[in-house]
Amino acid sequence: MAANPKIIVIGGGLAGLSAVIKIAEMGGQVDLFSIVPVKRSHSVCAQGGINAAKNLKGEGDSTWKHFDDSIYGGDFLANQPPVKAMCDAAPGIIDLLDRMGVPFNRTPEGLLDFRRFGGTLYNRTAFAGATTGQQLLYALDEQVRRYESEGKVKKYEHWEFLSAVLDSNKVCRGICAMDLRSMEVRTFPADAIIVATGGIGAIFGKSTNSVVCTGSAQSALYQQGCFYANGEFIQVHPTSIPGEDKLRLMSESARGEGGRVWVPKTAGDKRDALSIPQSERWYFLEEWYPKYGNLVPRDVATRAIFKVVYEHNLGIDGKPMVYLDLTHIDRKILDRKLEGILEIYEKFVGDDPREVPMKIFPGMHYTMGGLWVDFNQATNIPGIYAAGECEYQYHGANRLGANSLVSCIFGGFIAGPAAVQYARDQKAASSNGHFDAERKHQEENNSMLMKSGGTENPFRLWRELGELMTKDCTVIRYNKNLQQTDAKLVEMLERFRKVNLSDRTQWANTSVVFTRQLYNMLQLARVVAQGAAMRDESRGAHYKPDFPERDDKNWMKTTKAYFAPDADEPKFEFEPVDVSLIPPRPRKY
Amino acid sequence: MASDKSVIIKIKRQDNPNTQPHWEEFELAWHPGMNVISSLMEIARNPVTRDGKPTTPITYDSNCLEEVCGSCAMLINGRARMACSALVDKLDQPIQLEPFTKFPVVRDLTVDRSVLFENLRAVKAWVPIDGSYDLGSGPRVTPEEQEAAYPLSRCISCCCCMEACPQFNEDTGFVGAATISQVRLFNAHPTGAALKRERLAALMGDGGIQECGYAQNCVEVCPKDIPLTRSISEVGGEVMKQAIGDLFHK
Repeated sequence: MAANPKIIVIGGGLAGLSAVIKIAEMGGQVDLFSIVPVKRSHSVCAQGGINAAKNLKGEGDSTWKHFDDSIYGGDFLANQPPVKAMCDAAPGIIDLLDRMGVPFNRTPEGLLDFRRFGGTLYNRTAFAGATTGQQLLYALDEQVRRYESEGKVKKYEHWEFLSAVLDSNKVCRGICAMDLRSMEVRTFPADAIIVATGGIGAIFGKSTNSVVCTGSAQSALYQQGCFYANGEFIQVHPTSIPGEDKLRLMSESARGEGGRVWVPKTAGDKRDALSIPQSERWYFLEEWYPKYGNLVPRDVATRAIFKVVYEHNLGIDGKPMVYLDLTHIDRKILDRKLEGILEIYEKFVGDDPREVPMKIFPGMHYTMGGLWVDFNQATNIPGIYAAGECEYQYHGANRLGANSLVSCIFGGFIAGPAAVQYARDQKAASSNGHFDAERKHQEENNSMLMKSGGTENPFRLWRELGELMTKDCTVIRYNKNLQQTDAKLVEMLERFRKVNLSDRTQWANTSVVFTRQLYNMLQLARVVAQGAAMRDESRGAHYKPDFPERDDKNWMKTTKAYFAPDADEPKFEFEPVDVSLIPPRPRKY
Repeated sequence: MASDKSVIIKIKRQDNPNTQPHWEEFELAWHPGMNVISSLMEIARNPVTRDGKPTTPITYDSNCLEEVCGSCAMLINGRARMACSALVDKLDQPIQLEPFTKFPVVRDLTVDRSVLFENLRAVKAWVPIDGSYDLGSGPRVTPEEQEAAYPLSRCISCCCCMEACPQFNEDTGFVGAATISQVRLFNAHPTGAALKRERLAALMGDGGIQECGYAQNCVEVCPKDIPLTRSISEVGGEVMKQAIGDLFHK
């Protein structure tokens, strides 16, 4: 095979761009596909920082301690060798980003500054103001632009991945994609492909994820035969700002500075927050957890808020929201310590949190599960690699803060060279008839949607999906509800057949694109719901009141879902976790 | 909170680059916390105009909805800004949405802003590192230098500064404030400075920095408060110095 193979990378966030850089450096040729211009990828949303045990604060930090914190934080569900490799590589990755010009915060001596994040005792998080993800993405974007100008990378921006092109031996030979403007469906040959398409937030309707994070690509590949692993592990952040369009993060530091969480004691209380007397407010965190009060760990706070809203029905105005109140704290103190985050609230909500209590609610934030990959980032289909949030490998049952950025870059750095190596060893396909077949198949899908004359509006169906998944499939899970959720998903898939597009034009038609994504969301939602129903234990982000303990004997296993086309539903198998480096111990902070 | 209040939105629509634009008016039930994006989402769930005519969902760019990806820039009541941070309660009604006027319309509110990415390529807006393998730490940077670079590095490529600039048009071919500010950022970086001469050279001549008419609209509309006029005057001085130097060395 060619010494300079053609690799297709799908997704231009941190993971995708990292892979592109390595491939270009190795002499490979890259076609880079992205729904949005790659500089607008979801990685820009990460605020806090990136972990690496550089031990620049004289604390005796080490990459082993970073590794141990990550495994422990992930509640012993991650295979340990790749997590160790990531933590070992992290200091070098920070150095590289530093050389690329990321404006990391500095010490007076001009060295990188580090701060402390959740789940560790060490100052291990490098950061660039409050926009670390944006700064990292830009640095990689700039290097890729350099390779683009040298002709090593060709960008296909405003293109959406539809499916892999598999030959008769089920080996990946390229992709089928759609131009989001001309709506043209085309196939592109490649020696290998790397999927780096991020999280699945849209399955939960509103989340902290970006609009493009639908999980559509992962779902399409799962339906083509890729394993999808640990789908039931979804991280929820306790304090997000509910918006009409999305959820935006409110930093934990608001509680750290004395913020109090409460709801009116009477359901449906219509009074303004400030006119409700103290005696009629329920400070439920302080009541339930007198020791830690409002600063209980994230998962505990999240569960308590869910209980108050969904079991006590005491959400503000009957909506899923509680107050996070700073109004009792002196303005000057708030301005000095919290100005940046209070400005975010003011900008997007329009209220001054110094004057009125903020309204917050836990928000779906991160997808720990994803496409199953081996230690080389290869999926089970030859020629398909995956990196970043769309795969399952680095975070186990729960991700530590500031580990996502490093896992994306590290995953891309493994996937790129692995795909090039695979391509160099690979023999050419015996025929290329499968390209035409796949294109026709996808064109038929489009024309079916265009013709469909039912009554279901896809955007309304999506809203229902989001509400369903958020209510029963995130924070507190009961088997009965999960089974009902899956039954409703089957119903929705049935209703999907009666979908009616209000736009049937052939130019920049966002309805067709979205409706295709919606179908894939529905299929993948079943993997999440059924995986959660099966796992009768509590581990990391997965919590079942009926099974409150971690059960290593039965469930220290990776969930692997695969699509059974004949049954049109997920089937499951389980794989033991590699715990060869750190013996499992109870997770108690 | 149910309410009888409504929100009137007028949207300038265009089916494709080859057709004439037309206006459509929508009336939505008001509820708390609406912004322009959530209004567009609501229209997609019920694509019917104010006078009851069925229509298509609006095509527009969006992604992060946190004013950091730069996607959802448009003219809102005549002003270039991001739709995700445009709160309905703070806007005069009827709310008027239009696509940017200085960029080719793709459809409805979506325009083609790829010219900015081309400009960034032309000025080599990157740090020319030797390779991505482990070569040890980067150059020392003082906190003061970091504090100067960081605001420039927060540019989200939304193109608001270009839309608002009277000089940014087909006649001048002006590169625009965002690109000039990136030149300042990379020229200030210890390693990035290796390409300083090439970057400044790219800003000379027609369409270069000399086209700036100092209207200061750019800094006025920038959603990230980037000191764009400062960048233009600093880089302008450097370009001038280099141009004179070149003259004497010919």
